[in-house]
Amino acid sequence: MSEEIEKIIVDLLIELNEELEGNLLENPTKKTKLYGGGGALDSLALVSVITDLEERISDEFDEDIVLADEKAMSQKTSPFRNVKSLTIYIQKLLKVQN
Amino acid sequence: MKKVILITGTRKGIGKELAEYYLSLGFIVIGCSRSPGTIVNSDYRHHELDVSNEKDVVKMVRTTKKEFSRIDILLNNAGIASMNHFLTTSYNTVQNIFNTNFLGTFIFSREVSKVMMKQKYGRIVNYTTVASALRLEGEAVYAASKGAIENFTQTISKEVAPYNITVNAIGPTPVETDLIKTVPKDKIAALLDKQAIKRFGTFEDIKNVIDFFIDDKSEFITGQIIYLGGIHN
Repeated sequence: MSEEIEKIIVDLLIELNEELEGNLLENPTKKTKLYGGGGALDSLALVSVITDLEERISDEFDEDIVLADEKAMSQKTSPFRNVKSLTIYIQKLLKVQN
Repeated sequence: MKKVILITGTRKGIGKELAEYYLSLGFIVIGCSRSPGTIVNSDYRHHELDVSNEKDVVKMVRTTKKEFSRIDILLNNAGIASMNHFLTTSYNTVQNIFNTNFLGTFIFSREVSKVMMKQKYGRIVNYTTVASALRLEGEAVYAASKGAIENFTQTISKEVAPYNITVNAIGPTPVETDLIKTVPKDKIAALLDKQAIKRFGTFEDIKNVIDFFIDDKSEFITGQIIYLGGIHN
């Protein structure tokens, strides 16, 4: 499941990069920083990524999760800080639902 | 293309009236209430849920997005009232009122804003009350829940403005619905007397303000609270 989630995130970032016509998110990997501390996304872009991810997770796994966390805007502990942490976070939410 | 409007609390009262009104104007109306719907129309969808149940609200919004691909307007109409001295108000009553009035408005606003963000268009109308502006005795908890909605409305109007989403609130005076049926007549009379225009509000008064807020031409109107009847803070 972890690989599927990571692929969803990476595909989304590639699309976002094309949309933004930038190279901040080019060739995203597990280690790609997303938000805070050198991350490529500002808070508006993060909100957009979260919205798209929720929809894709819902389509892929048939589970409605909400990517909202009290640490969302934290520089150090946000689940949105990189692709790996976000993958783990989503996996955790899906496990709780089941 | 038909506009899609989501209205909470459409089983009776103002919510039902508004749902039927927007259906008559050719909108697609998505409604909800805790019990089965009472509107039969091919352009109407009803969801049975508690507005403070996050999971059910998320499901409702995603189902709507899947069927219609967009949500243009959200009316956070569902609400419950309670008239009581605060010293005799139970903890459970406070929880129920805040859950339905504030949490319901919060969850629907958050989930529907996600859809509106992607389409770069949206109109959200929240509901407050003149009891909040008047600091009306006997309505402390109800008015506080609406006071929270007022502040929330104004703050999120800034957060979603970049996406061309407006968020405003209407503060109706008493309208003759179930919500006030248990309030003593003399209390209602005293309240009407505080208004500049001393009469009950009507559905027409409410529709008028909502129509203004959701009009395409109102794109520069956001974070505003309009009280009916000449009440002000």
